Amino acid sequence: MNRYNNQFKITFPAKSANEAFSRSLISAFSTQLDPTIEELCDIKTAVSEAVTNCIVHAYAKETDERKKTVSITAYIEYDNLLTVKISDRGCGIDDIEKALQPMYSGSGSDERSGMGFSIMGCFTDKLSVKSKPGKGTTVTLKKYIGKQHAAKK
Amino acid sequence: MDLTTLVKDDKMIIYLSGEIDHHTSREIRDGVDRLIITHRPKAFILDLSGVDFMDSSGLGLVLGRFRKIKELGGEMYIANAGDRTMKILKMAGVDKIIKSVECRITNQE
Repeated sequence: MNRYNNQFKITFPAKSANEAFSRSLISAFSTQLDPTIEELCDIKTAVSEAVTNCIVHAYAKETDERKKTVSITAYIEYDNLLTVKISDRGCGIDDIEKALQPMYSGSGSDERSGMGFSIMGCFTDKLSVKSKPGKGTTVTLKKYIGKQHAAKK
Repeated sequence: MDLTTLVKDDKMIIYLSGEIDHHTSREIRDGVDRLIITHRPKAFILDLSGVDFMDSSGLGLVLGRFRKIKELGGEMYIANAGDRTMKILKMAGVDKIIKSVECRITNQE
């Protein structure tokens, strides 16, 4: 069996209109795994949170519009494991542990609930965050999807 | 996103439909706040039955309106949240601080 079945990579401007676009994209890519509606909603919501973080936080101080980009790499392994990496080249996270706490928001204004990472963690099987201040952040989401996984349970 | 509103006496129901994310939440928030400030309802019901996607930005929106209504001396309720929407609300414990009610926007109400 081929370990890597399929993958895609895309880079787009960190504009809020692309939040819905990224959800549609991951939804369309995941369809080949024959996901349940619940699984599809989970992965869409988790990706939406990660992309929103890039748009809201990563480039708050960046003035060069061309540098404000978000990249998504997604791949399927072992027929049922979906991995999605969402990365930016923004300000990075100083204290990842603090950022991962429920109800913590790095943005004091604009009514952010601080639940983004909690939702990502809850709706996927594995969440990991790598970040370097000034260099950017990569969030990796892993989720088992589809009937084969459901049958094994 | 269209806001359908029903105002009767000191009650106001706002029906939200579509997707609530960071991109759409600002426009929704501005629209809802305008209506809240105009009508100053004693009971404000946010009908979420038409919401087909919501992430943590929706939580911020709901909690923000809850605070606003409290400030103005009113009570806020949530109505008809779908399973997905409720799952997100429960994660943040919103169901514990904002009561859920059942309601329908009809001419008879």
